[in-house]
Amino acid sequence: MAFAHKHILGINELSREDIVTILDAAESFKAINIREIKKVPTLRGKTIINLFFENSTRTRTSFEIAGKRLSADTVNISASASSVTKGETLEDTARNIEAMHPDIIVMRHSASGAAHYLAERLKCSVVNAGDGTHEHPSQALLDLFTIRQHKGRIEGLKVAIVGDITHSRVVRSNLYALNKMGAEVRLCGPGTMIPPGIEKLGATVYTDMNEAIRDADVVMMLRIQMERQGKALIPSVREYAKFYGLNANNVTLAKPDALVMHPGPINRGVELSTYVADGPQNVILNQVENGVAVRMALLYLVSGVDHGEE
Amino acid sequence: MKLLVQGGRVIDPANNIDSEMDVLIDDGKILAVGKNLKGDGAQIVDATGMLVTPGLIDIHVHLRDPGYEYKEDIVSGTRAAAAGGFTSVACMPNTKPIIDNKAVTRYIIEKAEKEGFARVFPVGSITKGLDGDCISEMGDMKEAGCVAFSDDGKPVTSSELMRCALDYSKPFDTVIITHAEDLDLVGDGVMNEGFVSTELGLKGIPWVAEDAATARDVMLCEFTGARLHVAHVSTKGSVEIIRAAKKRGVKVTGEAAPHHFTLTDETVRGYNTNAKMNPPLRSTEDVAAVREGLADGTLDAIATDHAPHHIDEKNVEFKIAMNGIVGLETALPLTLDLVSDQVIDLNRAIELLTSGPASVLNLPVGTLTVGAWADVSIIDPDKEWIVSAKDLISKSKNSAFDRRKMKGAAVATILGGRLIQ
Amino acid sequence: MAKGQTVLLDSAAVDRALTRIAHEILEQNKGVKNLALVGIRSGGDILGKELAERISRIEQVEVPCGSIDIGLYRDDLSSRGTVTVGPTDIPFSLDGFSIVLVDDVLFTGRTIRAAMDALMDIGRPRNIQLAVLVDRGHRELPIRADFVGRNVPTAKEEKVDVIFKNNNSAAEVHLLKPQVK
Repeated sequence: MAFAHKHILGINELSREDIVTILDAAESFKAINIREIKKVPTLRGKTIINLFFENSTRTRTSFEIAGKRLSADTVNISASASSVTKGETLEDTARNIEAMHPDIIVMRHSASGAAHYLAERLKCSVVNAGDGTHEHPSQALLDLFTIRQHKGRIEGLKVAIVGDITHSRVVRSNLYALNKMGAEVRLCGPGTMIPPGIEKLGATVYTDMNEAIRDADVVMMLRIQMERQGKALIPSVREYAKFYGLNANNVTLAKPDALVMHPGPINRGVELSTYVADGPQNVILNQVENGVAVRMALLYLVSGVDHGEE
Repeated sequence: MKLLVQGGRVIDPANNIDSEMDVLIDDGKILAVGKNLKGDGAQIVDATGMLVTPGLIDIHVHLRDPGYEYKEDIVSGTRAAAAGGFTSVACMPNTKPIIDNKAVTRYIIEKAEKEGFARVFPVGSITKGLDGDCISEMGDMKEAGCVAFSDDGKPVTSSELMRCALDYSKPFDTVIITHAEDLDLVGDGVMNEGFVSTELGLKGIPWVAEDAATARDVMLCEFTGARLHVAHVSTKGSVEIIRAAKKRGVKVTGEAAPHHFTLTDETVRGYNTNAKMNPPLRSTEDVAAVREGLADGTLDAIATDHAPHHIDEKNVEFKIAMNGIVGLETALPLTLDLVSDQVIDLNRAIELLTSGPASVLNLPVGTLTVGAWADVSIIDPDKEWIVSAKDLISKSKNSAFDRRKMKGAAVATILGGRLIQ
Repeated sequence: MAKGQTVLLDSAAVDRALTRIAHEILEQNKGVKNLALVGIRSGGDILGKELAERISRIEQVEVPCGSIDIGLYRDDLSSRGTVTVGPTDIPFSLDGFSIVLVDDVLFTGRTIRAAMDALMDIGRPRNIQLAVLVDRGHRELPIRADFVGRNVPTAKEEKVDVIFKNNNSAAEVHLLKPQVK
């Protein structure tokens, strides 16, 4: 069955088959990323605009490399610099860019729902690189790809996610993705960072980190930010690291071959101790490597979907 | 060392005991409670005609140590506690430095263990430095030995921060103790707003300043599902708020101080600075409501809010006198007065000073269960005496009950099997 | 068999054609030195393995054989949409080798063009040759096969199908005429 999504706005809209299609396509792109000529002519002549309203070096670079390796013309716009500060609305900014006929717009924005907003108004494809605290689909997909790469499957695995659950778009996307692929998800974090009803998205909430990671196949640590909108939700990084950090003592509670993952960038000594960060179970660099392949797959798949007229 | 407390009326509300029994203690623990126990070389403590209860517990005490040792310290404070019949106290964090870290927590616990006359359970602060700005390291402090968290002396003004504190406390299974006060409504009031304040020309603190804050905190408690304890409840409205919330299943508890169930704002007449405290002495309706709350279970504990102040801090104009009175040495007879006034029965009175406060803070004390720590109070319920403030054991003498006739006093306490007289 | 379908080559004929092609490759390249086969998915990869096997039997030497997927090099993505991209498996270096591309049906030549571009991105062959089972004409690019199983003139609307039984050996080549309405 052909991939029929013109936009990638979130994992919520994707079926399990769609996810498998993306992961399988990413396998081919991974092979291209390690050979001498890291390029295929597939999207030659296509224009991809990376419209980033929020600062991000890694995700933007990852999408940029993905587009270039597909031979597309990629353009980076960091909108914090330019028109937005001049007071232009999001729609006007986007329509102005659309007038230059891009094929795909990859967008990161601080407002949840921004990607949906654009997809409803523009003719080109929209790929969500992170909207507010809502979704970050390419991250969840590369996480799935990494898990599949090391474990051979996703179904039935115990995946523990620890950190600021409330403010994490990575968690939401992963919740949809892991549940669609049949994994068992556990969430853990400080009492101020667990949103109400999150278990309804398919997870068990733990207050004790030791219990959350016990016998887990995958432990995913999230980046912590001390302050959100000027308010501190945790007393100190010292206390956070003590009760919610992964270190030499508690990593042994997970399975001996459990994967340690993190969307990056990591705070050494906070979410992960240096022992774990430099340890053999850490697949964070794999995640980054797989990120390019997964994003190439996404750009490839959306560009093949018919635009409107049939 | 073996102790046999013989011939007393044992009242242990947690275990539903109220009869003449002996209590056998060995190795710091309760060995047996029963009739005609054999001593076998134990030191006999004759408790004939006395009440024998689990060691009394005061969950709201200011020991002023570290930082304000001129008012009180851990040694003098626990000695005063023992004199009042208490074997355990929970001390509030507004010391200097503040109890917002494990170092001060350990200092207090270890000093009390080495030199004190009662157990001391530290209460950590909700916010770092009591600044009302950022929550403190509750996890670390709980691990060090804090039994609850409070900014007592100050309310947590920011509702957002109070919510944050309640949410954060949940995974650590601890209690937030609130000093419920709307500072804007309090303004620069110095006594209860009512007829007496009008007559005396003193700025008043309206009851709504406490009620509104209590309501906010109780609702936040309900919303977050955390555990909340309301300190020094003094108004009719607050009692009603707690009563209704408990009916709804909200995890809230409350305490009242002896001065709030005994004295009204009339005591301030004469500009008596030993009648100045926060929350202030209230009206007769409020006092009646607090007594009713203690009787019907709305309020779970009697706690003194023992607040020692130096004579130089009280011997000034009413407006600038410091808030608070000592209470450890007078709490027991005032509680027994509730029994003679037929507000509560003796069993309930002891409950309010033992298992009640223990369950509020989940303290491992407050019962005479076999195997429990041997903390016992031996009380003479009929002893008549007159309060002499200058002879109080506490370093500070700011009592509201100077020269008052009292009936009932502790004659001894046993702390972990050690007899203190 | 459905109406309008004829068998161009039955399995015996395919077998003989493959044997002949194997000999022709060896003759042209004077043996197997620096020779490798790369089959184009799908269809060409199975034939490539068949040819490699026959060559090895004749010369008593293993000849390297790989397969290539040209999905990412197609020139018709905008009209066709995306196709599932299969794996490319070339477990040897192309550099300095004579590569014989193997495909089942040679038609417009665009597939071969894409395959050559893909090979060039993977390595630098010494030369590229082309072996096909059926050449049906209608070239749109200047591409010709070096080794041909059978030349079959066809009409553009007709379809040439190579049917593999049991997935591992070529069976028959069918010609399908478009159905008359």
